[in-house]
Amino acid sequence: MTFDRKIGDTILAVDQISLSFGGVKALSNISFSVNEHEVFAIIGPNGAGKSSMLNCINGFYHPQEGTITFKGNTRRQVRPSEAAREGIARTFQNIALFRGMSTLDNIMTGRNTKMNKGIFWQALRIGPAEKEEMENRAVVEKVISFLEIEAIRKTAVGTLPYGLQKRVELGRALAAEPDLLLLDEPMAGMNIEEKQDMCRFILDVNDEFGTTIVLIEHDMGVVMDISDRVVVLDYGKKLAEGTPDQVRANQAVIDAYLGVAHDDDV
Amino acid sequence: MLFLLETVISGLMAGVMYSLVALGFVLIFKASGIFNFAQGVFALFAGLALYDFIATDGWFYDVFGFVLPVWLGIIATMGVMVIVAWLVEFLVLRHLVNQEPIILFMSTIGLAYFMEGLGDTLFGSDVKPLNIGLPSGAHDFLLDNYNFYVEKLEIVAAGVATVLVIVLGIFFQKTRIGRALRAVADDHQAALSVGISLRTIWVIVWSVSGFVALVAGIMWGSKSGIQFSLSLIALKALPVLILGGFTSVPGAIVGGLIIGVGEKVAEVYAGPYVGGAIENWFAYVLALAFLLVRPQGLFGEKIIERV
Repeated sequence: MTFDRKIGDTILAVDQISLSFGGVKALSNISFSVNEHEVFAIIGPNGAGKSSMLNCINGFYHPQEGTITFKGNTRRQVRPSEAAREGIARTFQNIALFRGMSTLDNIMTGRNTKMNKGIFWQALRIGPAEKEEMENRAVVEKVISFLEIEAIRKTAVGTLPYGLQKRVELGRALAAEPDLLLLDEPMAGMNIEEKQDMCRFILDVNDEFGTTIVLIEHDMGVVMDISDRVVVLDYGKKLAEGTPDQVRANQAVIDAYLGVAHDDDV
Repeated sequence: MLFLLETVISGLMAGVMYSLVALGFVLIFKASGIFNFAQGVFALFAGLALYDFIATDGWFYDVFGFVLPVWLGIIATMGVMVIVAWLVEFLVLRHLVNQEPIILFMSTIGLAYFMEGLGDTLFGSDVKPLNIGLPSGAHDFLLDNYNFYVEKLEIVAAGVATVLVIVLGIFFQKTRIGRALRAVADDHQAALSVGISLRTIWVIVWSVSGFVALVAGIMWGSKSGIQFSLSLIALKALPVLILGGFTSVPGAIVGGLIIGVGEKVAEVYAGPYVGGAIENWFAYVLALAFLLVRPQGLFGEKIIERV
């Protein structure tokens, strides 16, 4: 369904990234690159370092070695707010919404980096601040109708069912109109129907907005279906990278998933 | 009947004063989940600083040989409060990110006593009559025509509180920074991921509460002079917050009014039967009763828990 998409040049290049917490090596010498408009999956067993990798990309973790190049801008460490301004948005493994706020307000926070009118205007919400608010509200309304969550616009997100919360979280990330969207287990804990919906939204986002997507997912069926390319991590090391078919046929990957003993296990 | 009305009005006015202090608490609690014990001291400190800028017996006059006009003094004091906010973020909060609320609370107790001591050292501990030209005395028209006693200053305070609440309400509910403040209170990591800078937000919220403290300091100072007992008003704000809800700006106001009226009416009508002094404890008993019935307060955010 996505054959007519044009895969562009490299948008994100991860080069020799190493990250450790004290003595624990979470990532060692990881390199891969993601092309523009691609759906790229990071897979691997629990504790493989998948979430750590995402956290390095959006600036939550600061790797000790290596560089990350995003849109031609090379650096080792970045602050989360900078990453957001550069066009990286994300969702979380355990939903991280602003529970007390409505769906609308949650998604509006996604526009944070696009709004810059000063505090003096904001204090009264007059003049430029009012205009800015309306413009951004329009974008948010598009996201809401895209995700088909019009009905829960004013509902406090803490009261919503799990699947809808995940959708609102995706909405908040989309509202930033990101160039790179990081999804940390977007389908974890969902039932079949919710998973199908989420798959559809991810592919639609990729299709309609051309957003590059990097996602972590455990459901192999889903990953192999929707990804253009896959990187496999295990114990913080890269096992394989390639198209779903290549990865599926890779002996190291099969071993990792079927549980062959590691050298350092004994 | 007139007497009851007078009692209620004077209760309302006292309530407005409580509300002004309570507002400062709500702002910081809403945006950072910290109960700022130092809010009362902030009001005291702001009052002291303002007095120093505009009166001839402060050290500002000693050093520069002149005093600032009132409006400039207020702006300068606001500057001082922004610097205080920035210092609090730089020296305290930044190092306590992700700590338990109780630890943050303890740090604000430390802050309260430190600032009280600092205020004492810098400005001296005597009572200072703050006069910035707000009207004082009884409202003559009402007194002459209806034999009805209301202080002008209290009418001004009520007006100021109304404006503050409207502005803060809009600011919190309908603007980007307001949403960012609430977002930070809910989830630090998610807030960071949408590009909100925690440090900026903290400086903003502490500055805004510094501003509210300044307003409270001016009102209390004009009413009864700037004195160190001002920092104890913080304790009266507690029942106000329990009543109104810790997270609600309008709640702080309504809570303050209920407490103000409640204690005045109780004092006047029930006081004689129990030997008086109801005013001192009435607010706390009311708050206690309220906790049993509606722990989130009148306007507090509903406590949502998925199980």
